Amino acid sequence: MIYAEVQPRGVPRPWGLCAVALLLLALLVGLGVGSIGIGPGGIVESALSHVPFLHVRSPLSSVEEAIVWQLRAPRVVLSALVGGMLAVAGASYQGVFRNPLVDPYLLGVAAGAGLGATLVIAYGGASGQLVPPAAFGGAAISVALAYALGRSAGRARATTTLVLAGVTVATFMAAAQTFVQQQHSNQLQNVYAWLLGGFSTATWHDVGVVTPYIAVSSAVLVMHRRVLDVLSVGDEEAASLGVDVGRVRLAIVAAATIGTAAAVAVSGLIAFVGIIVPHAIRMLVSTSYRAVVPLSFVVGGAFLALTDVLARTILSPQELPIGVITAFFGAPFFAFVLRSTR
Amino acid sequence: MIELDGVSVSLGSTRALREVSLEVGRGEWVALIGPNGAGKTTALRAIAGLVPYAGALALGGREVRELGRRRLARLVALVPQLPDRPPELTVGEYVLLGRTPHLGYLAAERPADRRAAARALERLELVRFTDRLLGSLSGGELQRAVLARALAQEAELLLLDEPTSALDLGRQQQALELVHELREDGLTIVCTMHDLTLAGQYAERLVLLDQGEVVADGVPADVLSPENVELFYGASVRVVEEDGHVYVLPQRPVRTIA
Repeated sequence: MIYAEVQPRGVPRPWGLCAVALLLLALLVGLGVGSIGIGPGGIVESALSHVPFLHVRSPLSSVEEAIVWQLRAPRVVLSALVGGMLAVAGASYQGVFRNPLVDPYLLGVAAGAGLGATLVIAYGGASGQLVPPAAFGGAAISVALAYALGRSAGRARATTTLVLAGVTVATFMAAAQTFVQQQHSNQLQNVYAWLLGGFSTATWHDVGVVTPYIAVSSAVLVMHRRVLDVLSVGDEEAASLGVDVGRVRLAIVAAATIGTAAAVAVSGLIAFVGIIVPHAIRMLVSTSYRAVVPLSFVVGGAFLALTDVLARTILSPQELPIGVITAFFGAPFFAFVLRSTR
Repeated sequence: MIELDGVSVSLGSTRALREVSLEVGRGEWVALIGPNGAGKTTALRAIAGLVPYAGALALGGREVRELGRRRLARLVALVPQLPDRPPELTVGEYVLLGRTPHLGYLAAERPADRRAAARALERLELVRFTDRLLGSLSGGELQRAVLARALAQEAELLLLDEPTSALDLGRQQQALELVHELREDGLTIVCTMHDLTLAGQYAERLVLLDQGEVVADGVPADVLSPENVELFYGASVRVVEEDGHVYVLPQRPVRTIA
C-alpha cells in the first residue's frame, strides 16, 4: 500500500519571497532616505558600479557616494543585523521557555549590558571604544550567573527556576547600574544615550565586529528550528522523545545570548523587536518554529532598518532614540498579544 | 522485554517505589493498578528512563540508565496521562515529532519518517485532521493524536498512563479496543488504570501496587478479589465473574445507625 507523507510546515515560498523583498525594500529606503534623497535606481546603479567587470558607471556624485556608502550603508546594515538577531533570539527564547511573552532580555542580558556600559562610561573616560566589549561582557556574565543560579536551585520546574534566577540577577545588575550612574551624574547623558539605543554612530567597523557573532548565533538558532517544535510538548515529553532537554536548552540559550549580547553591545537596548516580529509571523504565516525562526531573522532585519529610518527622519535633523519608536509600537502590540493568548 | 529487579525510586523524601521486582514478556499487556499514590505512574516513568532509580531495570537485556536518551526513545514510547497540547502545531506535525528519536540532533525528517507519520495517522483514523491545529481537537481526538505520535515512534514497548481517564465511556472502550489492535504489530503494552473493570477486561495481567510495593500479580480474576479491593482501595465492592470476565461494582457500604 502506498501512503502519503506528512509534510511539516516550513517557510511557505510566497512568504519567504515576501520577507526577502521587504528586507531589500527596507535596505533601499534606508540608503535613499535622508537629508539628501537618492532614488532607488541611482542606488542600484551605484552598487553595481562597485562590482568589478560590470562596467556600470555610478550616476551619483562623489559626495552622494560617500553619504550612501560610508554614512548610511553601515547604519542600515547594522540595524538590519541587530533587528534580525533580536527577532530570532526572541523567537528562540519563546520556544525554550514556552512562553509567548518572553523576549531575549529575559535572563538579564539588558541589565548586564547596561551595567557593563555604564561602568566603562563612568570610569573609562572619554573613549567610547570600550563600551561595546564591556556591554557584551556584562550581558554574558549576567546570563551565565542566572543560568548557574537556576541550575543550582533545582532541576524540577527547570524553566520557572531559570526565569526567577534571571529576574534576580537582572534586578541586582540594574541596582548596581543605577548606583554607578547616580555617582557619576555628569555622565548621565552619555549613559542614557547608550541605554536608549540607536545606530547614529554606526560604522563599517561595528558591522565587521558583530557580523561573526550574529551570523553564528542565528545560524545555530535556525538549525534548532525543528528541535524548538519538539520542546513545545514540554520537558518530560520531549525527554521521552529522546531529546536531552537540559543540553538543548543550554545550547539555544547560549546561542541566543551571545548573539543578543553582540547586538546590544553595538546598538544599546532596543526593546520589543523580539516580541513584535515573531508574533507577527505567527499570526500571518505559521505557528511552527520551522517557519517562525528563519522568517524572524529576515523580517526582524527589515523591521529595525525601517524603524531606524523613522528614528532619524521624524524629528530631523534631530535623532529620536530608536528604542522609543520600537516601544511606542511594541507596547500596544504586546498588550494585544497578552489579550489574545490564554 | 522488561525486567525490574529490586527497583526503588525516591521522589524528594518519599519513596515512591520500594524494591519492585517484575517481569513483562514480549507482547504482553500488563495493567498496573492500585490506589492513588501507589506508584503506578512512577513505575512507568522509571521504565521510560524519566526518573533515576536504584536497583536493576532492563529493557531487552539492557540497563535503562545506561541506554542513551535517543536509544531509549526508540525502544519505549510513553503516552502521558495529561499530554501537553502545544496549540502551535498541526496534528500532522505533532505526530511527526514521534520520529525525533530516529533523527540526528539537527537533522530534518526524511521521506521514510514522513511516511511513518502518515501511517500512524491512518492507523488512528486521523488523516482528515492532519492539517488541523492541535488546540482545536476534542479530548478523544487528542488522545488518538498522542497515540499516533507514540506509534510513529515505532518503539516495541508502549507505556500508557491512564489512557482512558479523560474520555467518556464510549471513547474509553474505543481507545482500549484500538490499543488491543495495536498489539497485532507485536507491541508490548504496560498501562496504568483506575477503572478496574476495564483493566480486567483488556489487560491479560494485572499488577496491584500499594505504597510503592507489588502486593498482587496475576490474571484479573485472581487480583481483583473483593478482599484485595477492600484492603488496598478501602472500597466496598461486589466482584461479578461472567463469561470469563470480571466486573468490579462499587457497593455502598451498609451503615447501621445507632
